[in-house]
Amino acid sequence: MITAVTGHYGSGKTEFAINLALSLRGEKKVYLCDLDIVNPYFCTRERKEVLTEKGLNVIVSLGGMQIDIPALPPEILTMFEPNVLGVMDVGGDPVGARVLARYEREFARTPHELLCVINANRRETSTAKKAIDYIRAIEQSCNMKVTGLVNNTHLLHETTRDEIEKGRLLCNEISAMTGIPLKYNAADKRLIKQVSDIPHLFLMDIYMKKPWEDDYGSKSDV
Amino acid sequence: MAKELWKGNEAIAEAAIKAGCKFFFGYPITPQNEIPEYFSKRLPEVSGCFLQAESEIAAINMVYGAAGAGSRVMTSSSSPGISLKQEGITYIACAELPAVIVNMMRGGPGLGNIAPSQADYYQATRGGGNGDYRTVVLAPATIQEATDLVQEAFDIADMYRIPVVVLADGMIGQMMEAIEWRTPKKRELPKKTWATDGTKLQRQHNIVNSLFIDAGDCTVQNQKLAKKYEAIVQNEIKYSITGEEDPEVVFVAYGTMSRVARAACMRLNEQGIKASLFRPITLWPFPTEQLKAEAVKPNVKAVITVELSMGQMVDDVKIAVEGAKKVSFVGTGGGIIPTPQEIEEAAKKILGR
Repeated sequence: MITAVTGHYGSGKTEFAINLALSLRGEKKVYLCDLDIVNPYFCTRERKEVLTEKGLNVIVSLGGMQIDIPALPPEILTMFEPNVLGVMDVGGDPVGARVLARYEREFARTPHELLCVINANRRETSTAKKAIDYIRAIEQSCNMKVTGLVNNTHLLHETTRDEIEKGRLLCNEISAMTGIPLKYNAADKRLIKQVSDIPHLFLMDIYMKKPWEDDYGSKSDV
Repeated sequence: MAKELWKGNEAIAEAAIKAGCKFFFGYPITPQNEIPEYFSKRLPEVSGCFLQAESEIAAINMVYGAAGAGSRVMTSSSSPGISLKQEGITYIACAELPAVIVNMMRGGPGLGNIAPSQADYYQATRGGGNGDYRTVVLAPATIQEATDLVQEAFDIADMYRIPVVVLADGMIGQMMEAIEWRTPKKRELPKKTWATDGTKLQRQHNIVNSLFIDAGDCTVQNQKLAKKYEAIVQNEIKYSITGEEDPEVVFVAYGTMSRVARAACMRLNEQGIKASLFRPITLWPFPTEQLKAEAVKPNVKAVITVELSMGQMVDDVKIAVEGAKKVSFVGTGGGIIPTPQEIEEAAKKILGR
């Protein structure tokens, strides 16, 4: 079973993909693949070490170097073997999703999901119409159908329950218009008290921090 | 207005459009590609023109042309691409034209890499091209500040007829932050009576030129530029100070590195070591006197410049401090961002703790 995670760049795909892969850990081998070959920074490959320690099989291109070469590692094909679980962190936008079309034959014989991450605070996906245009463009570019929505509406450390609720309402609107179900409402674990009653809640640890962000960094004002 | 989540590069492009930028000419290079990509989509919507030039050199000369015609125009690139633009920038400076140039710095020298860096400080503040000229250099530390400063950059450029450089790095270009759209304080801007935008048979031809073949004429032009630069030093310095009022250690850092230094400051303050962060926002004009005032505070034992380079701004810090206090440097070039802990440890070592 493979879950490919797409969406607008900056929507929080990588954070969600990492947390989704971690949540799948159990009896089966879990792969997390960095398929983002359009974005040079803030990619899964930057966190390979810590995620490997946590038991994920992390597949990255070019040894995880920060380099912008559109090369795909051959190990990706191991994700399509039976009895393994895989999460693909796909590059942003239709241009980033195009890479999935390379695996069309493999997807045809493997159970899979294509999730689209929606962040209502990103202008390009801030209304149902815009978000649906995005979903359609992504589907066209990778020749697959989006099977589920992920509401990951946030403002980084300024996120409140209201933001998540705003995104949930937007996703419900998209679902009503397209029939694509809302699968997850993602939220930073630290917000648990505010959000515990939200349906399909998916709590996340934050891995893609900026270099200065520790307990102080997110509060530091320059 | 509600906050939105923006990526640095796209926010900078949108800020330029909000400031009335109608033309963008550029050539792709990581880590700033979202800037041209965004302009290519947005400029046609505001009746502007995006053009991917055949090279950085062509792009900056297109900027020269559009600026000469009186339009708000911008280009962007990253370090090696900015090196290629230097000839055009010195021509624009000499011809006294307003333009905005964004440099999302990456590791160098040479082709380097695509990681964040601050090693183009000398190039930006000393004039990477030939001749006695200056460019205003603005160094945002957050995406919010980037959107504010890019808008103001167009006003400063028009006000003084000068190229303005926005100096950031790959981290600022690539990271996401929450922002709200604000407009800069309104300035009385002079009319562009010098623009080569057609005489309509009602005036003499305007001439845009950087060739002053007569030595006397060239001297007059140099003196005129120097006077303008003096006015900018008087009026346009920006900086911020955060942290303890009565510091034992003063960090000096700009842009991305100031975020790390600020976190280091907070760690030190928590341990009872009083620290402040002096952050130049204009790298030229450099806040020389303001920094000296912070450095000479009685309890200051160390002034520590922190940069993503092998030490460039530290020269300006030493000029400012005038030997009144010991100035140290912490940092590295090549694209690795030190952690707040590393800066904290380095500061303790300098303080002998």
